[in-house]
Amino acid sequence: MAFLKLLRQSPLSARIGLAMILINVFAAIFTPWIAPYTETEVVGDVWLEMSRDHLLGTDHLGRDMFTRLIYGARNTIAIAFITTILSFLVGIICGFFAATLGGWTDQFLSRFIDILMAFPTLIFALMVLSVVGTSIAALIVVIALLDSTRVYRLSRAVAMDIEVMEYVEAARLRGEGIWWIMRREILPNAMPPLVAEFGLRFCFVFLFIAALSFLGLGIQPPTADWGGMVRENAGAITFGILTPLFPAGAIAFLTVGVNLIVDWFLHIASGLKD
Amino acid sequence: MSGLRGLVIRRILMGLVTMFVISLLIFVGVEALPGDLATAILGQEATPETVAAFRKELKLDLPPHVRYIAWLGDFMKGDLGTSLANKRPVAELISWRFANTIFLAASAAVLAVPLSILLGILAALYRNSLFDKTISMVTLSTISFPEFFVAYILIALLSVQLIIFPSISNINDQMSFAQKIYSIVLPCLTLTLVVMAHMMRQTRAAIINILASPFIEMARLKGIKRMRVIVLHAFPNALSPVINVVAINLAYLIVGVVIVEVVFVYPGLGQLLVDSVSKRDIPVVQASGLIFAAVYVSLNLLADVASILTNPRMRNPK
Amino acid sequence: MTEILRMTKLKIEGFSDEQWVPIVKGVDVRLDKGEVLGLIGESGAGKSTIGLASMAYTRMGCRITGDSIVFDGMELFGADEEFLRKIRGTRIAYVAQSAAGSFNPAHRLIKQYAEAPVQHGIMNFDEAEKKAVDIYRRLLLPDPERIGYRYPHQVSGGQLQRAMVAMAMACTPDIIIFDEPTTALDVTTQIEVLAAIKKITREFNTAALYITHDLAVVAQIADRIMVLRYGELVEENNAREIIASPKEEYTRALLSVRTLTEHKDLSESEKDIILDVRDVSASYSGKQTDLVLEDINLKIRRGRTVALVGESGSGKSTLARVITGLLPPLKGEVIYEGKALPPALKNRTREMLRLAQMIYQMPDTALNPRHKVRMVIGRPLAFYFGMRGQERDNRVYELLEQIELPRKYIDRYPNELSGGEKQRVCIARSLAAKPDLIICDEPTSALDQLVAEGILKLLQELQNELRVSYLFITHDLATVKAISDEMVVMLKGRIVEQGVKKDVLAPPHHEYTELLLSSVPEMDPDWLDNVLEERKRKGIKMQEFVQS
Repeated sequence: MAFLKLLRQSPLSARIGLAMILINVFAAIFTPWIAPYTETEVVGDVWLEMSRDHLLGTDHLGRDMFTRLIYGARNTIAIAFITTILSFLVGIICGFFAATLGGWTDQFLSRFIDILMAFPTLIFALMVLSVVGTSIAALIVVIALLDSTRVYRLSRAVAMDIEVMEYVEAARLRGEGIWWIMRREILPNAMPPLVAEFGLRFCFVFLFIAALSFLGLGIQPPTADWGGMVRENAGAITFGILTPLFPAGAIAFLTVGVNLIVDWFLHIASGLKD
Repeated sequence: MSGLRGLVIRRILMGLVTMFVISLLIFVGVEALPGDLATAILGQEATPETVAAFRKELKLDLPPHVRYIAWLGDFMKGDLGTSLANKRPVAELISWRFANTIFLAASAAVLAVPLSILLGILAALYRNSLFDKTISMVTLSTISFPEFFVAYILIALLSVQLIIFPSISNINDQMSFAQKIYSIVLPCLTLTLVVMAHMMRQTRAAIINILASPFIEMARLKGIKRMRVIVLHAFPNALSPVINVVAINLAYLIVGVVIVEVVFVYPGLGQLLVDSVSKRDIPVVQASGLIFAAVYVSLNLLADVASILTNPRMRNPK
Repeated sequence: MTEILRMTKLKIEGFSDEQWVPIVKGVDVRLDKGEVLGLIGESGAGKSTIGLASMAYTRMGCRITGDSIVFDGMELFGADEEFLRKIRGTRIAYVAQSAAGSFNPAHRLIKQYAEAPVQHGIMNFDEAEKKAVDIYRRLLLPDPERIGYRYPHQVSGGQLQRAMVAMAMACTPDIIIFDEPTTALDVTTQIEVLAAIKKITREFNTAALYITHDLAVVAQIADRIMVLRYGELVEENNAREIIASPKEEYTRALLSVRTLTEHKDLSESEKDIILDVRDVSASYSGKQTDLVLEDINLKIRRGRTVALVGESGSGKSTLARVITGLLPPLKGEVIYEGKALPPALKNRTREMLRLAQMIYQMPDTALNPRHKVRMVIGRPLAFYFGMRGQERDNRVYELLEQIELPRKYIDRYPNELSGGEKQRVCIARSLAAKPDLIICDEPTSALDQLVAEGILKLLQELQNELRVSYLFITHDLATVKAISDEMVVMLKGRIVEQGVKKDVLAPPHHEYTELLLSSVPEMDPDWLDNVLEERKRKGIKMQEFVQS
């Protein structure tokens, strides 16, 4: 109910953002029902123009582009989502522990993460993936761990800010355990910045996986995936065929949507403070 | 002054430690490869003899710490090993490409840094104006675009439709400077657009933060001219955060260059790294990874040192 | 006398919740040449906004909507920015509450001082500097020739505040706006700044708007006082009359604060000691060399209030941390009913923790914004006594009744409560544990005067009813006089004087106690002059005890 009320007062940009996300989520959930063909079915000639049968034409192997795009939504979004969730679980738990325990735990974790963060993520991921190979599981775990360093930084900083609040001190003085303090005192108050960060990190992870797939090191064909589809069809652009712009545009479409919502959310959250 | 110098020295030492740990990670990362590295690279069908010879070539028969020290020692001397793919010295492969990468990144930086600082400051000064809102909308979208999307749009427009610039940026030593610049216009523009969006937003935020300080209100209440308030009161305090923003984005540029190089088939280090990863050419991957990391770490280091040096409170201690 | 400023039916609006709401609702302000006008009121009275409006300036998100601001015959309302710019800093100057924030950290004091006169073309830098040294000297700043060449963060808070007064004086303006210039300072520093302001405005015959929430402070400075509330005028009169015979109920309430005294039988002083702090020394670094507390001995008896008085940095809050176990002491022990408590919090049992509860200064940060009142008060009940469900709710209702809040508040979040209500909830939270001792860390200093009054009254009633003891930490001597039975004065981590209140308050005093007591403004317009006179006679140097 509160959400509906908020939505009614939301600016146009936020509504557009929400619509953009909903379209993607819809495509990701109802994939087989929307897609006119199956994921890997060859339906015609290579790089056909847009037509009634093939809304967005065909790709470099003659598969239906629209179908691939819908399947790509499911694969790409699902993988990015799982990765972000994993990254948040690891990052928040470590960050909160570091903030509430302090001392050596904090020192050790923070120094270690400082060093990890000094390493450019893309280069790191490339090197690790060159070693462990490019399975989807490896992709998710590697990116989630790399990304969790950023989540750790933020959640530690947020938790530290909350930690010095007197209501946390009051809970400590009452004799509450660390679990209660983390879960009941810190977490609910850390939610707004963390939710905003979730949007931003999701965008980052999403773009990151797309970049890796584009470089041929992410999700492997024949699985439909937007980054990979850009790569596969890249050659078309020099012939003046716009096929690679569709998956690239789809990536941009979703991230713009998420960013619009995050922007709106940050605006509300900053307004709540005073 | 000893406090300030101490801070800078500590930061530099921290950077060195970071580089050391990174080199260790890169080395151990390859060590940790599941199964035997030699078989993994040569494939299951390789004869035991070839595997043994290969192991010897990679010095896999020695204990790890000996190999690490030897590897790092060679690296310091400029001997980066031999490529597995074409048996040429890695140093030779890398040096030319590294120079190309720096050329591309530097051109983008020359364009992006002054432009984004200027636009960022203007957006902050005319906050909530139409100009500011447009900029904010445009940068928000640009941030959301993958680099290759921007790149392909530019290709479709400027290369395919208008046929002004080449879509493939091949450069070689025979080209004149002007020819080189001409051939990298599109990748340079792509990088500029992507980096500018970040840099502008962060500059704007930093300036707005400063403009909200009570000492700015005080200056205005003293009847000081607007321009002077900005130049004399806001600027010295904004210097430190803005320098930080620039350095961080240069570091980001160095990484972003990888994808742009692949799109435009530009003969740079990023392209080489990606190729070598798919070929599993471990020595090349290690060397180029370490170089990228070194540049990235130094830029971040520079950012911190610069912001320590430009912070008025730190420059004039009690 | 000739009029220098007249604001007629001043109306100012602020933008909140997507609409413009009135902040100042048509106030008339008149200021004569050389006159000091005090604007007094609690938070939300609109007094700072009125002050800035006299320069036709508003903060972000505010706007002036009428009717007129006439300065020296010129209409400022609706005047163009360039015209206003030439008046600001030269003819009307501003002194802000926070000197630390209002000086640019990048420039030396003298550069910031000289900026207005040089930029407005009134004098060149050398002339400005010469005048600065003169003003610095008049304001009793140490080393007036060279202090200007320091950076803002290189001088103390009280000095910086005086340097800001000097800066405002740089162009010898007709009017200076003082916006709570002493609120952020300790009492012993406040009196110096007050004296400086009074001296300089008299010597230059400058008119001033003096904005504050403290009637005793404004009484020292102002010729005339306007009492404001919710953006409207309550009462206006000359200073002496308003203090001697206030006409409005609200003004009387502001005047009558801190008068609740009650006389208990304090004779049985050795009986019933519940808490005994013995030879405690503590430091944050764990080193003997930088002790924050040194050889503290303190006893608290059942049903009594011990006030712990000191200025910032005296170590009074640190002592609370030692007692609660947040900071284990280097030396000494905390004894509860004859048994020594383990020094660290984590080694104390639940029962030990229950016996001493805390109330904090900022009720906003003392309550978890995501917990309803039910949870805030109910949690200690569940935690210490295992109460559940209806039984727990009933007890919460009882506690709400005790703190005089309606039952329906049980389902409210902290942001749905006012500052005073929040502090009451904090009190209920500590009462829920049925403690023997409540440590109150400046519980009223973040609250408006009348609200604070209510809290003190409540604390006293609860004490009579429940025989609970208070350790009352405060820097505000008026509060001490009102509520305490015993008093402990701290300076730089040591106790300089302690005992039954009336003994400590009666001479002879320790020197520092004397300085502290004599620095508390009284509701007497002649107080400041008398104190300064007295100090001169005795030869007391103000800076003696306060580190620079």
